[in-house]
This record gives sequence, C-alpha cells and structure tokens, in this order.
Amino acid sequence: MRKSTEELNKKNFEIVVVGTSLGGLEALTLLLADLPQSFPLPVVIVQHRHKSSHNRLTYFLQKQSSLPITEARDKEEILPGRVYLAPADYHLLIESPSDEEFSLYENDFTEWGSVAVESIHNSKSPIPNRGTPKFALSTEAPVCYARPSIDVLFESAADAFGEKVIGIILTGANSDGTKGLAKIKAEGGLTFVEEPASALCPAMPASAIANVEVDWILPLSKIAPCLVNLLRIKD
Amino acid sequence: MSESHELETIEIQLLLEGMFRYYGFDFRNYALASLKRRIWNTIRSERLTTVSALQEKVLHNPAYLDRLLLDISVNVTAMFRDPSFYISFRNKVVPLLRTYPFIRIWHAGCSTGEEVYSMAILLQEEGLYDRCRIYATDMNELVLKTAKTGIFPLKQMQEYTQLYHQAGGNKAFSEYYTAAYENAIFRSSLKDNIVFAHHNLATDNSFNEFNVILCRNVMIYFNSHLQERVHKLFYESLGMFGVLGLGHQESLTFTPYEKYYEPIESSEKIYRRVK
Repeated sequence: MRKSTEELNKKNFEIVVVGTSLGGLEALTLLLADLPQSFPLPVVIVQHRHKSSHNRLTYFLQKQSSLPITEARDKEEILPGRVYLAPADYHLLIESPSDEEFSLYENDFTEWGSVAVESIHNSKSPIPNRGTPKFALSTEAPVCYARPSIDVLFESAADAFGEKVIGIILTGANSDGTKGLAKIKAEGGLTFVEEPASALCPAMPASAIANVEVDWILPLSKIAPCLVNLLRIKD
Repeated sequence: MSESHELETIEIQLLLEGMFRYYGFDFRNYALASLKRRIWNTIRSERLTTVSALQEKVLHNPAYLDRLLLDISVNVTAMFRDPSFYISFRNKVVPLLRTYPFIRIWHAGCSTGEEVYSMAILLQEEGLYDRCRIYATDMNELVLKTAKTGIFPLKQMQEYTQLYHQAGGNKAFSEYYTAAYENAIFRSSLKDNIVFAHHNLATDNSFNEFNVILCRNVMIYFNSHLQERVHKLFYESLGMFGVLGLGHQESLTFTPYEKYYEPIESSEKIYRRVK
C-alpha cells in the first residue's frame, strides 16, 4: 500500500540503492541526469556487466550527471550526494557502522588473545569516523548468475539501514533484485520499480512486481522527480 | 536497530566468540555483512532456523565446525585469475626477482591452490622456479588438502587455458597436466618448491622474511581492524624492496602502511616496500 507523503517524510531516508541489468546504461543515464546536485543521499548502483569491463561505465555516466560518480572501494565510507557503482566481478555490500562498534566493544575486555591479537584490539587506538557506514566487497560465487548481484547489495542495505532504504529496480533480463527488494520492503523501506511497459527489458521489473508489494511503479522518467519530491529537495 | 536485528547481532557475536574460545578460529573481526550472509546460507543448508541453533551444533559437534569453516571462508578461486595481474608480474616483478640468488614467496590465503600453481607455472617459464620457495598458507585444512593434490576438475581447463594465454603464457597449457577421468592432474614438478601450510591471518604471526607476499581477495573479508593487523604482519614479513601483491579492488590507501610502499603497478595493486 502506498504511504502518504507526510508519513514518508518523517522517515529520514539515508540511502538509495538501484539495480538494473540489460538496458541499464540508458536507464541510469536518464535517472542520474534528473537528480539535482543537491541530492542529499548516497546512490549505490549495481549494473550487471561483463567481468572484464573497466571504468568506461563510470566515465560514460559521469558525463550525464551533476553528482560525482565513482566505483565503490572496499571499506570506503559512504557519503551523501555521491553516486557509487559496484565494480565489475565483485559483490558490493554495505557494512553497518553499529556492527563494527559491537565487535570492538566485545574485544575491549577480551583477555585470552595472544600479544598480536591484543595489539589490534587495543581499545585506545583511535577509530576513524566511527558511525559512518562503509562498503565491503566480496568475490563469493555469483548470485542469480550475477556478480555483482542486486540481491546481495539490497539485502545488505536493508540489514544496515532498515526502513531508511529506498530501493529501485530498473530494466533487466532476469530476476535478480526481487529478493533484495522484498527484504527492503519487509524492513519498512520504500520500493520503486520501473513500469515494465516502459522498460527496455521488462523481465526484472515484472519479477519484482509479481513478488513484492511495491510502493511505486512508475515510468522511468517519473522516478527521479518522484524521489526529489519525496525528499523535498530545493534546487 | 530493530529488536530482531539486535538479537541476530548478539547471536552472531556469541557464535563467533564460542568458535574462538573453544576451537581457536577467530572470525570476530571479519567484515560482518558478507559473513552474516554466509552464516545464514549454512543455517539454511543445515535446515536450521536460528544462529543459536547453529551455535549449539557447532560447539557440540566438530563435524559441524568443519562444514561451517568451509562455508564461511570464501574459496572462490581460479587459475590465472585476473590475467592482467600475471602480465604485470612477468613484466615488472620478474626482472627484480632475477637479481636475487634465492626467492621466498608467501601466498597467504591460498585456498584450493589454483593461483599458487599458476605462479609456479609462470616462474618455471621465466626460469626462476628452481630458485624459489613458495609458502602457500590457508587457515582451512580441508582446502589445503585439495591444494596439495594439484588435481583440479577437467571441465575448468578450457577456461583456465584461455586465462593462461591472456596472462601471457605461450605454451600449450595442456603440457602442464595429465587428464584422468574428470580430473586434470598437474605436473608434480610444479609442486617441488611449494610448501603448503596452515596459517591463520587473524591469529598467527610471521614465520619468515619474504621477497614477495601475495594476498589477493582475502582482506576484503576482514574489517578495518583485522586488515590493519594483516598489513602490519605483511610489512614486518617483507624484506626491504619486497613486493606485495593485492587483489584488484584492494589497496593500501586506507591503511597506515601506505607510506612504507611505492606502487610498482598501481592498477594491478602491486607494491614494493621502500622503508
């Protein structure tokens, strides 16, 4: 069921995750072109692509966007107003900051380690920017034949950010992303799917719609304006 | 954090704490997002429903520990994985190594050994292998067992042959193995100078001084504290001008050890210790 704009505004969304495969290049170009420079959230994208493809995708998308676009690096802090692309041939996940804190706290009173273990568990060593979520990469086996997999990104985003996630599925040829979108929905996040009729390849949006009670099904050109409106961004 | 998340986090911490205190395997500083995913895969494949149930099985039955270790350590690998890395190694590192009378290489986190045999092939082709000793280590005894055999599924040879040629190899790749049933048995001479051994980067210390340390796509599974420990370990285990090779998406950039190295080939994450 669609939530009222009033209710949604109270949520303080913290991250946008986007998944797409076949036809994604054109779709992302349009989506990113419509996001203003003042866009307040990080946008993290999984686009299925060949494992040996290099930085050309970033370069190409950057030409159309006023937001800085980079490939996500392992343990890089996730910053608002930036667009991150999953690197080719790696899964991209999000590490919740509370998880690292928990493990640190746990280790503060660990007494049975060897000297070497103690030295890294030294509670006095400063922790840079505790509390900022970070990326993590993985070379685990492909999920839904894909690495990076949309499900993997979406599920870890839902895990780390709970209801503060906005998940978007665009054009694509398989069902990757459906499980991840379901998890975002289950955690109380907001879900968008590109209208299959307007998608270059409708399979991926159709699979998401068939399996998840999606909040918004919109033609591609309406997705970015809707986001901007929801987040009440003034240009 | 919602209540169920909080409980899940506590359960996972208890499982990891239990595994460390009872068996000595320390996963407490692994990157949690992907570790959690792998733990849940195990829970589902064992037809359990909670992390606590898995903890009960693992602590009371060592057979479960072996299965869990195999599931939660990532053992995805291939021969000549990332061929451009091997090309850079041939062109930029091999000339440096030629100046040494004896070369010690540590391949940390070698998994089932495909990348170790790839390096042995490269070094043989470059005429350096007789001067080398490769220490190939992993924390998982089961994958080391596979690595020691030097036998890999035959059906992968087509892909590996392709990667071998992309990596600058110009022989017939089939010269390196004998096909037997479903398997490719690699030439035993490739094993002559490889020592396979158990070593856990999370808990063990340095055991030698090396000219080359390779640790590719291992540290991405660690959190920043454990990454720092391992970088310290590598720094202390490398001789001056020793070479460090990391995975494509790994780098020294976010670590305090960056200043002690200079890149040999930054796109391939090959560095040289200079301080």
